Amino acid sequence: MASTTTTVPSAGPVAGSRSFLSRLRQGDEIAHIITFLFAVSVVLVTLLLVFDLWQGSALPRHKFGFDFFRTSVWDPIFDHFGALPFIYGTLVTATVSLLIAVPLGIGAAIFLAELAPARVSDTLEFFIDLLAAVPSVIYGLLGVFIVVPLMRQYIQPALKHSFGFLPLFQGPAYGVGFLTAGIVLAIMVIPYIISVSREVLLSVPRDQREAALSLGATRWESTWKVVVPFARGGILGSIFLALARALGETMAVTMVIGNTPAISASLFSSGYSIAAVIANELTEATSNLHYQSLIELGLALFLLTFVLNGLARLLIVATSQRGAGMGNA
Amino acid sequence: MNSRLRWRKFVSGFMLAMTGVCALVSVSVLFLILGYLVFHGGTSISWNFFTKLPAPVGETGGGMANAILGSGKLLLLAALIGVPVGFFGAIYLAEFSGSTTAFVVRYAADLLNGVPSIVIGIFAYSLVVLPFKHFSTLSGGFALGLMMIPITLRSTEEFLRAVPNALREAAMALGASKSKTIATVIVPAAYRGILTAVLLAFARVAGETAPLLFTAFGNRFWSQGWNQPTAALPEMIYRYAISPYDDWHRQAWAAGLVLLGLILIINIVARAILSRGIAVPRT
Amino acid sequence: MKRIAGLLVVVLAVAGVLWADSALSINGAGATFPYPMYSKWFDEYHKKNANLQINYQSIGSGGGIKQVTEGTVDFGATDGPMNDEQLKAYQDKHGSGILHFPTVLGAVVPTYNIPGVTAELNFTPDALAGIFLGKITKWNDPAIIDANKGVKLPADDIVVVHRAEGSGTTYCWTDYLSKVSDEWKTKVGKGGSVNWPVGLGGKGNEGVTGTIKNTPDSIGYVELIYAESNKIPYGNVKNASGVFVKASLAAVSAAAAGAAKEMPDDFRVSITNAPGKAAYPISTFTWLLIPEKFSDAGKRDAIKGFVKWMLADGQNYAEALSYAKLPKEVVAKEVLAISKIQ
Repeated sequence: MASTTTTVPSAGPVAGSRSFLSRLRQGDEIAHIITFLFAVSVVLVTLLLVFDLWQGSALPRHKFGFDFFRTSVWDPIFDHFGALPFIYGTLVTATVSLLIAVPLGIGAAIFLAELAPARVSDTLEFFIDLLAAVPSVIYGLLGVFIVVPLMRQYIQPALKHSFGFLPLFQGPAYGVGFLTAGIVLAIMVIPYIISVSREVLLSVPRDQREAALSLGATRWESTWKVVVPFARGGILGSIFLALARALGETMAVTMVIGNTPAISASLFSSGYSIAAVIANELTEATSNLHYQSLIELGLALFLLTFVLNGLARLLIVATSQRGAGMGNA
Repeated sequence: MNSRLRWRKFVSGFMLAMTGVCALVSVSVLFLILGYLVFHGGTSISWNFFTKLPAPVGETGGGMANAILGSGKLLLLAALIGVPVGFFGAIYLAEFSGSTTAFVVRYAADLLNGVPSIVIGIFAYSLVVLPFKHFSTLSGGFALGLMMIPITLRSTEEFLRAVPNALREAAMALGASKSKTIATVIVPAAYRGILTAVLLAFARVAGETAPLLFTAFGNRFWSQGWNQPTAALPEMIYRYAISPYDDWHRQAWAAGLVLLGLILIINIVARAILSRGIAVPRT
Repeated sequence: MKRIAGLLVVVLAVAGVLWADSALSINGAGATFPYPMYSKWFDEYHKKNANLQINYQSIGSGGGIKQVTEGTVDFGATDGPMNDEQLKAYQDKHGSGILHFPTVLGAVVPTYNIPGVTAELNFTPDALAGIFLGKITKWNDPAIIDANKGVKLPADDIVVVHRAEGSGTTYCWTDYLSKVSDEWKTKVGKGGSVNWPVGLGGKGNEGVTGTIKNTPDSIGYVELIYAESNKIPYGNVKNASGVFVKASLAAVSAAAAGAAKEMPDDFRVSITNAPGKAAYPISTFTWLLIPEKFSDAGKRDAIKGFVKWMLADGQNYAEALSYAKLPKEVVAKEVLAISKIQ
């Protein structure tokens, strides 16, 4: 018998599925490209913004160079501009606000996600989301009318009395200052922490909790040692959101920080932040150098955010346990 | 029951109670704010407030109708810019991207989020106002949209990632392509979270004043179309609150109340309309 | 999803439909100090001319100068006159000049909160300069006590409050201090924002008043209108003729009248520390900045018409809002200047 080579028909199921596959892939390709474009646009916009700031601050950059970041004087009349007090104030207020908001926020999120019955949790969450909608001007006004007098009359004297040996709580207390600004900021950023953390905690699969409980953990241990680490990524993401808001908040801060470019160890001291000084002086800045120095401050804040974000991410990587859930900041 | 177990049980009860305290503190702050606004601004809320244009000092009967409409238009534009970029960008980060691109995009979003609102305003000014030589609703919406992007992007990404891999694998096993999986399985599963993210971003920009000063500019009259300066609620609050007149102060508080009310309504409506997607039952 | 899209379309349509193009819309930006006055004027003028909408927003004097130079608004307003550098910048950009038109007058007053003291304090220029320079640190300093015999002032530290943001009020205050104190002039200078030697910054007049109310032993400066509407105590200031004058509309007008005789043609003048027994020394004009050339004839005529009205009927609204009217001589000069707008 002559051997006949049988050709496997190239038409038929194999070829048909290939064209089907390629169509699928094309659909995926399109989705990939479109979503990629959107994601990249974020980076592009950010770069454009930095470029804009860079161009807009040419004068002071050439005039002061790096001294801009080492000087403490801010004199619009005699054209001396230094960023140090503002950087200090921004850092201090952001730190204070996070120190208050993060424990409170995560605690509240745990309560809402783990303990509260669904209806209660949803209703309370609703209201907490509203906190995010309060205009920053109103936060500022409430800070002036409620928080500042409270600080001046009760809280600051009490802190001085109990902790006055620390340089943090020394000096005259006027009600305005770093501490007050930090407190107001904390109130402003808490909704972000609670809202996002709660949702992420809710999405942790039930079997994780049950596994921990079945091994004999108490309710708290199951929450803190199993569920929260599982939701770590989302919680950290919410803290980044909060940090960003605290660094860039303008209106509320300027109403309660005292607006004095001063560097002081005391939290009671009146200070200034980058966003606040930009908001206060930009619209009235008449000389080009003044205006552009304020723009350079904006650039400085950008740099600060860059560094802080980098440090935070390093910290996360350094402290992350291997194989812990979805750590993905 | 040995003492160690007793201690652990005590710690458990105590810590959980503390979380309750945290929640209580957070919520009571809100009620304090609401109460203050109602007390000081409640009297100024009337039919006039919603229908009339601002009146000059000393005249009663003025309202903030143009500011309410202006805020609405601005928020609409902001959502048109912020939501798609945030949403689709997040899908890219969660489903398609490699870790380096994801890192860069996330970093950029966090940086953008930290930019003071007034600097965003200046940016929008140089991009949209200067070339056209006048202030407009468009530029204001653009500025607010920019501010919405990071919150939407980061939060949506977190919620997309939180969807269990099992769902993705199941869909693939059934032969669905990646894009189909995303559209019909993953996004609906993360619906609640995404909605939360968008509404949060919305709430944030609704109350921003600084970016509007150099873009939307403000208007005592009705703003015509999309290319004219427009009034907005937060901007009116700012101007009235720092004025010397008591009547304007009360109107500022009232405007704050109205703004919150508007966001509340949007929250309710959005959740009602859009929550009819496939919801993964709460675990 | 379709429902939402439909809703969106409807909303967009409605919003876009509000395109009633019959009204002529003019935009102006600038000083915050005269905002209540201008908003009253533009509203009243709109009532008389329904086809004209003049939209003024207070983004600050510096903002006003910048925006009118950029051309994003049709006119500007400022509490401190443009300097030569800014005038040149405008000229270079537009090929024509810009005109200053004084509109009303205002004053800045020293306000304080000293527990136990209800009397109106007298402040000498040296006292004010010394306090704000940080050299006079206690209320019972001889410089203050000498002018206030019979008032018991405590030995407390003075807390100085100034404006946080740049403002015309600060410009006026520092302009005055520069005139009466050489040390202030060389150390701090005059401007909308300065490097304050001491003190807390309050945001807006509201912020300063609030801080003063909440802080015992404090002193700050606010606009006269503000002090009057909020009924806060403010002191008398010794003027160039040696008289302690309490700020009032009459005293401000007296200061302006003195300056009217030597008013330069471009109206850029500072009237702080003006001569005259009844003059209040910390007074200031505020100006509208109107381009010399308008490309749009409709806008040009509208603005000319407004300025004419402002100098005549408009002035009658000033006093009710605690602004002082322009002296007659200045008005007359301005009416002549209107013809410069082409």
